[in-house]
Amino acid sequence: MSAQSALLKEIAGPAGQNLNAQELRADARREQLRLLALLAPSLFLVCAIIIVPIGWLFWLSLFDESGALSAANYARFFEQASYIKTFITTFKVAFIVTGACVLLGYPLAYMLSQLPRRAASICLIFVILPFWTSVLVRTYAWLVILQRKGLINSWLIDLGVISQPLPLANNFAGVVIGMTHILLPFLVLPLYASMKTIDTDCLRAGMNLGASPAATFRQIFFPLSLPGLASGVVIVFVLCLGFFVTPALMGGGKVVMWAMRMEQTTSLYSNWGAGAALGVVLLVVTLALLGLFQWLLGARTTGVWSSR
Amino acid sequence: MSGDIGLPISHRQRLWLYALGGLVLLFLIAPSVIIVIMSFSDSTLLQFPPQQWSLRWYQSYFQSLEWRDATIVSVKVAVMTVLVATPLGTAAAYAINRGTLRFNGTINALLTASLIIPVILIGIGTFFLYARIGLNNTLTGLVIAHTVQALPLVVLTVLSGLRSYDMNQERVARSLGAGRIAAFWQVTMPQIRFSIVSGALFAFITSFDEVVVSLFISGGETTTLTRRMFNALRDQIDPTIAAISTCLIVLSVLLLSVAQIFGRRR
Repeated sequence: MSAQSALLKEIAGPAGQNLNAQELRADARREQLRLLALLAPSLFLVCAIIIVPIGWLFWLSLFDESGALSAANYARFFEQASYIKTFITTFKVAFIVTGACVLLGYPLAYMLSQLPRRAASICLIFVILPFWTSVLVRTYAWLVILQRKGLINSWLIDLGVISQPLPLANNFAGVVIGMTHILLPFLVLPLYASMKTIDTDCLRAGMNLGASPAATFRQIFFPLSLPGLASGVVIVFVLCLGFFVTPALMGGGKVVMWAMRMEQTTSLYSNWGAGAALGVVLLVVTLALLGLFQWLLGARTTGVWSSR
Repeated sequence: MSGDIGLPISHRQRLWLYALGGLVLLFLIAPSVIIVIMSFSDSTLLQFPPQQWSLRWYQSYFQSLEWRDATIVSVKVAVMTVLVATPLGTAAAYAINRGTLRFNGTINALLTASLIIPVILIGIGTFFLYARIGLNNTLTGLVIAHTVQALPLVVLTVLSGLRSYDMNQERVARSLGAGRIAAFWQVTMPQIRFSIVSGALFAFITSFDEVVVSLFISGGETTTLTRRMFNALRDQIDPTIAAISTCLIVLSVLLLSVAQIFGRRR
């Protein structure tokens, strides 16, 4: 320790230094409390309406109908054929809808990313508008279009393509068409956002070095767009698993998906334990898929919502 | 050469892409357009294109007491949701933006939880809770439930506004003697007000279009428009719903345009 700093320490004094530090610490604490006070009402509401009831339902799912602690509510999923059928239907719909969204959404997002700014923003309106239209309205529209005497069937009959109306609504096909339409923007928006961040210099360099347009796309653009595609796929798949409105209205009672099963067990049969167990498994699967995705890519999946 | 991207690919070589993308855009927008046109049809079968035009489905919407009551309930709930969710969400976004809180990540995850948790589970959970505390079939219950659903959108929208705002301006105001509230109100608020308005509009649409939770917790005199529509669709396809759907589509277009206009000025 040099003589100078010893002198300084003597002048400031240990007491003086501590006083100042204490003051600063207290101020930081007060600031933290103020910020917490700003957050408190929102956090309270979210905990009261979402976290507490879900915890409560989880607790309920651990007891059977006689009130004894048991895993009966979960064992049922493996034993009863109707539950297994529900899961198979749900995953089948989820895979098909996600696949359809990729097939339709990738070219659209690619086109949007390549269009001049002005044209792209006009086209984007056509993606965002359905995104903000009620799910109920869009499901109703598809019901009207796809029903027996609906638009598609009457047009096809008038054109002489078919003689009998095709069964398009109130079945599996109707559910898939309706859900693909509703979930498509959830894939296109994050994919488009990530495609916009791809540096065109990379593409230009590839073409300069003699790659054909197709090779440039396959070897440079496509791999760079994969993270965006993956986040869209995960969001669509997860939303499919818990989808309620469209299968309930367009499935004609034949396509029973996970969320419908939950509604039936709780509302119709008032079996809260069984319904809660279904909900817990759905939540765990959802969080596991999102967690896996985040772990693999380190991306935030809620980003899509801020682009609405 | 396509001027914008600067790649040596002509627009003509890309025609197939534009055709494909155009078809997908058509798939996205066509159902809404078809419903709007059909709602002016005279026939109960809702022909397309309509042979005869009429406003009878709009008349049947506006003259039906049931539909009118349900619409009033939905508007009331949506307005109150906006009034609750906007200040709460703005306050939360302000606190998160500081980034000095210890559990910032956890808080963020909690506030956006309702975007990730399957909505059917929220519906059943809320119904279960409300059954215990007597909030089912009440306006208060609906407003609280919708506020929780709208909060993440307000928080995310206001946060994106705050991120492009320089907090030092508020510090300058404070160092010049303005109180905390005055500094926020007079310096920060005018610069993020467009994000706040966008957030409020998103909250309105979220509440107004909400189906699943309302299905569980609304009923009787507090039946929302979407719940009544859902039940009507389960029974049979009533052409009146085409008229209501058109009104909902027009509402979405209006709110979205306002949000876009405000968003551009942000």
